[in-house]
Amino acid sequence: MEAGRASYARIVATLIRVTGDWALAEDCAQEALAAALEKWPRDGIPGNPGGWLMTVARNRAVDLLRRTAVERRKLEEVAMLWNPSSPPGHEIGDDRLRLIFTCCHPALSLEARVALTLRTIAGVPTGDIARAFLVAEPTMTRRITRAKTKIAEARIPYRVPEGAELVERLPGVLGVLYLLFTRGYDADGEPAFADEAIRLARLLVSLMPDEPEVSGLLALFLLQHSRRNARHDASGRLVTLDRQDRGRWDRDMIDEGRAILGRTRVTGPYAVQARIAAEHTAEVTDWVAVAGWYDRLSPTPAVQLNRAVAHGYAFGPAAGLALLADISGMPASYLLAVEADLTARSGDRDRAVELFRRAAENAPSEVERQALLDRAGET
Amino acid sequence: MKYMMLVCTDTEPETDLSGAPDIDAWVEENDASGRRVTGSVLGEPSSATTVRVRGGETLLSDGPFAETKEVIVGFDILECADLDEAIKVAAAHPMAWTGRLEIRPLVDL
Repeated sequence: MEAGRASYARIVATLIRVTGDWALAEDCAQEALAAALEKWPRDGIPGNPGGWLMTVARNRAVDLLRRTAVERRKLEEVAMLWNPSSPPGHEIGDDRLRLIFTCCHPALSLEARVALTLRTIAGVPTGDIARAFLVAEPTMTRRITRAKTKIAEARIPYRVPEGAELVERLPGVLGVLYLLFTRGYDADGEPAFADEAIRLARLLVSLMPDEPEVSGLLALFLLQHSRRNARHDASGRLVTLDRQDRGRWDRDMIDEGRAILGRTRVTGPYAVQARIAAEHTAEVTDWVAVAGWYDRLSPTPAVQLNRAVAHGYAFGPAAGLALLADISGMPASYLLAVEADLTARSGDRDRAVELFRRAAENAPSEVERQALLDRAGET
Repeated sequence: MKYMMLVCTDTEPETDLSGAPDIDAWVEENDASGRRVTGSVLGEPSSATTVRVRGGETLLSDGPFAETKEVIVGFDILECADLDEAIKVAAAHPMAWTGRLEIRPLVDL
């Protein structure tokens, strides 16, 4: 049903633009998918699956609109949709891009933006979104409904901002995708929506091919996701990057990520992070390069911590330990673990073991505690 | 589309006011463009009277109905194409720097 997934956003986005009715747009798209699930296995997949779905959705929309007091002009406009014989000009730009910018509008709360993007653009069922974000389904339904009501009542526009406004708004859209990629874990602790985030990033790249940060974000996703199968060992323990079985990395994804970076200028934080991820996929990590990239990122506590590691590996443990001393706002176990690792590299193994044990005592989860105790044992 | 813009004080105002806009210029520009329908400064909260009718009786109390540190000091009714335009108008108001602005759509019933 990849064709269905790809068409879903297009159907919803265009029906929203023409009718302004979010519920109608989603209902029609879902009914088209349901019809496909029923008919395609029986009659075979049509030659143009996307076109088939759009036609079903459009006809349903016309049916529904005829029953309401909708203006004749609007009804005609819907009836003309996705019709090859329609006069040109009915598709103005790509409606999916408008939908993305509306769902990610900064006047909505971040959690509402994430939920709305998953529901409306990716077509993920509300129940799945609720489970991944650890809230009850009715709560998630309310959150999404409230966001849609605000869009309508406060008249959040259905358009792609331009010029300076686009520069201001694009990071917010990318932030929603990044959050989708990193948060929302399913019961096994796997990111539930990493694939969705990659799919949406691909869509955004196809719609905004000239925005380096959009390409940078996709490259970052691909390079990080390429290691998904190597991150846990057979017993579910977390495996740090330097100990992962590289044979389990997804080479195709790495190649694609690196190829995107090869044609993408570094203008912002996502491309920088993608460069770092790419360095880590090299046979031998160029730590001087990694340290240099970390120097270019805004110094959040997590960036500072990784920067200390990179400088420690690039310029000697003392350089890393010096940077470590300045970090605040990071859990003690993370700081201790890095200090332990750098101390071990400096040759003071007794102190390193002691630090790994202290890090384990402070570990936020059992998996991490065990991993740190293992390190203590190996040092 | 009409929006009510509530002009409020804020406990954490911007401290660097170099580059902050001028209120007279804001009023003049938005009156001229028709985006500001009307608006006014309000009297001190201490001059407010809260009115309720309960059990047929008119109950009055001195002061605003909500005691908060942030106080509504004025309002404007804006006529804008959409929320983005209203946000732009609000962000150009000096009280967006020294206080905070709340924009709410007026709802036709």
